[in-house]
Amino acid sequence: MPYKAALVGNPNSGKTSLFNDLTGSNQYVGNWPGVTVEKKSGFTAGKEFEVVDLPGIYSLSPYTMEEIVTRDFIIDQHPDVLVNIVDGTNIERNLYLTLQVLELSIPTVVAVNMIDQVRGGGGDIDCDRLSAQLGVPVIPISAKTGYHVDKVMKTAKKLAGTNWRAEDVVRYDSASRQMLHEIVSILADYCDDSDRLLFYAGKLVEQDENILRRLKLPEEAIQAVDRIVALFLSKAEYGDRETVMADIRYRYIEKLVAGSVKKPENSGALSTTDKIDKVLTNRFLAIPIFFLIIFLMFGITFGPVGTFLQDCVDYLFNDILAPAVSRLLLIANAPDWTHSLLVDAVIGGVGGILTFVPQITLLFMFLSFLEDSGYMARAAFIMDKIMRKFGLSGKSFIPMLMGFGCTTPAVMAARSLENEKDRNLTIMLTPFMSCGARMPIYALFAGVFFEDNREIVVFSMYILGMAVAVLSGILLSKTVFRGVFSPFVLELPQYHMPSFRAIMLRTWEKSKGFIIKAGTIIFAMSVVVWFFQNFDASFQMVSNSGDSMLGQLGKWIAGLFAPLGFGTWQAAVSILTGLVAKESVVSTMNVLYADGGSISAALSQVFTPLSAYAFMAFTLLYMPCISAFATIRREMNSMKWALATALYQTGVAYLVSLLIFQVGSFVTGML
Amino acid sequence: MEQPMKHRRKEPQNLHELGVGQCGVVTEIRSTGAMKRRLVDMGITPGTTVYVRKVAPLGDPIQINLRGYELLVRGSEAREILIRTGV
Repeated sequence: MPYKAALVGNPNSGKTSLFNDLTGSNQYVGNWPGVTVEKKSGFTAGKEFEVVDLPGIYSLSPYTMEEIVTRDFIIDQHPDVLVNIVDGTNIERNLYLTLQVLELSIPTVVAVNMIDQVRGGGGDIDCDRLSAQLGVPVIPISAKTGYHVDKVMKTAKKLAGTNWRAEDVVRYDSASRQMLHEIVSILADYCDDSDRLLFYAGKLVEQDENILRRLKLPEEAIQAVDRIVALFLSKAEYGDRETVMADIRYRYIEKLVAGSVKKPENSGALSTTDKIDKVLTNRFLAIPIFFLIIFLMFGITFGPVGTFLQDCVDYLFNDILAPAVSRLLLIANAPDWTHSLLVDAVIGGVGGILTFVPQITLLFMFLSFLEDSGYMARAAFIMDKIMRKFGLSGKSFIPMLMGFGCTTPAVMAARSLENEKDRNLTIMLTPFMSCGARMPIYALFAGVFFEDNREIVVFSMYILGMAVAVLSGILLSKTVFRGVFSPFVLELPQYHMPSFRAIMLRTWEKSKGFIIKAGTIIFAMSVVVWFFQNFDASFQMVSNSGDSMLGQLGKWIAGLFAPLGFGTWQAAVSILTGLVAKESVVSTMNVLYADGGSISAALSQVFTPLSAYAFMAFTLLYMPCISAFATIRREMNSMKWALATALYQTGVAYLVSLLIFQVGSFVTGML
Repeated sequence: MEQPMKHRRKEPQNLHELGVGQCGVVTEIRSTGAMKRRLVDMGITPGTTVYVRKVAPLGDPIQINLRGYELLVRGSEAREILIRTGV
């Protein structure tokens, strides 16, 4: 059996680099059960260790999903050894988590990362001295160059499974130590988990609700703890109960650091990061540069390069694979329906979805670069004031902007938001950004009904989408997400050149996830939709999809759309097939309306300019295509949330369309 | 030498009033609950020296330096962090 090791550390401490060093490409990415926090694990070479990469956190407080996941994992799963990675260039704040981790009495190796950078600047960290004071091995490493990484795991192997008690190691100052030990001795009578007593004692001082629930202490024990804390607070100048533990730890860290850390000699001079920020977050240049970066990323992903690669994939499926399969089926004398199923539904459906892969890959290469280099935090700094107005944070801007290209990768990009509320709200609003696939619908209708002001009408769709997103953001953050804690207290990490391998690993992970999804859920849904589109209720294949079950369904629900001005079954069926991909709305209308003739003539008989506009608004706002829906489900890690999102979007679409048509009819009636 | 009266300004009382390039020592955190906890977890404890590095191009949030690293805080939070200046 391999030992179970867990990596803990602050965000930006190089935790992911170390994890990649240890596991190579031998890693698995998933979610922690029940939450949308990413879980990574993998095996070291030789399978000596199974390594779990815990989420990057600053503290073991109970306020974010990431912190709770980490705490619960360490307490309940008992890893054999913890590797605590510490950013050597920012050691004071990083050691704050270290002290909390040590309280858990799990054998721990502290790895001081970026030691090359510390030494390069003329500073140094006396790891032996730090080790003597912390009571655990402290090893200087560089995850980027691989320096001493093997030593970390060798030390971890020696420690794995050994027993030790935090009370013997974690010292603090004498008054605080005494207070904690008094609480520990009370706890010892009620709690079986004797190794975790010091951790629990600290959490009781902080009045941590989760721990109070977990321990189920009787009232007299809680009162005894309260008396001990009150007495301590009355004697020392430590502020209040909520902050006292933080204060104790930071004071202790200041002492540790004073003895073991030599600050760089040129600490007054401008660092490279400061110099870059002089330009990138400059008062006047920051916003133009930000938009230039976005423009480049957007231009390459959804512009010529991305489109070319997309066309290549499309060519592969529709011009090589599809005819080949057709020919094979012909030779094999297979029945017509197999042709329709394999070529139209499977190759057409899955192939259509796989054409997104090049764009997703490109987009994630850019996003990983922005994230790993440290620019994403600057983007949040620049855009926060605007995004906050509708209940989001600065980091929501990039995913939402990507939504103008394609909803699916945009929703995946929301992963960069650390906070669950901001992430879910961003995911819910991104589909309102008018994606590229909706363009053919606007082009068709604007061409037929608004020939003279085509551009203005199409542009108004984009504005409508943004307006609905803004209003929904305000509405949802004041209702559904009301009172959810989403702090914007964000570290601005130093810039550094991301490693090629890290970017490739991350990009591969995203693309792989998408390809798997295309091969499973989207494949299944394409087949189901194909079935309903081609068969009637007695399972006879039909030549006109108006007679199919989907057509029947369209006829049933057509009445629903009458108040919106387009209560025809053809429009209803188009809306249904638009769920496969929004551009299908146009191809379906071509089949159902044109009937060999001109689609424009047919449309202008059925729609008025007003009902056409209402229809465009509906197709803009209603639930996104199945690819986007499946991604939303995956990223929110909840079918319930994904369905609620789809329902909300469709509801909004209905209301807005209704408003446009009814108010429009009223106004034109008055004229 | 004492400054003439007209140059003397009101002493800043909280982190939000501190100008770019100025330092202050944290005296009290007025925020409550989870936000307070997050601020102290990030090292904004009483007695910590905080330096205001920059204000975002749109005027908010602010970039501060403390304990050797850079942190972004919104104005609404900075107002709740009381400080004293001078020694």
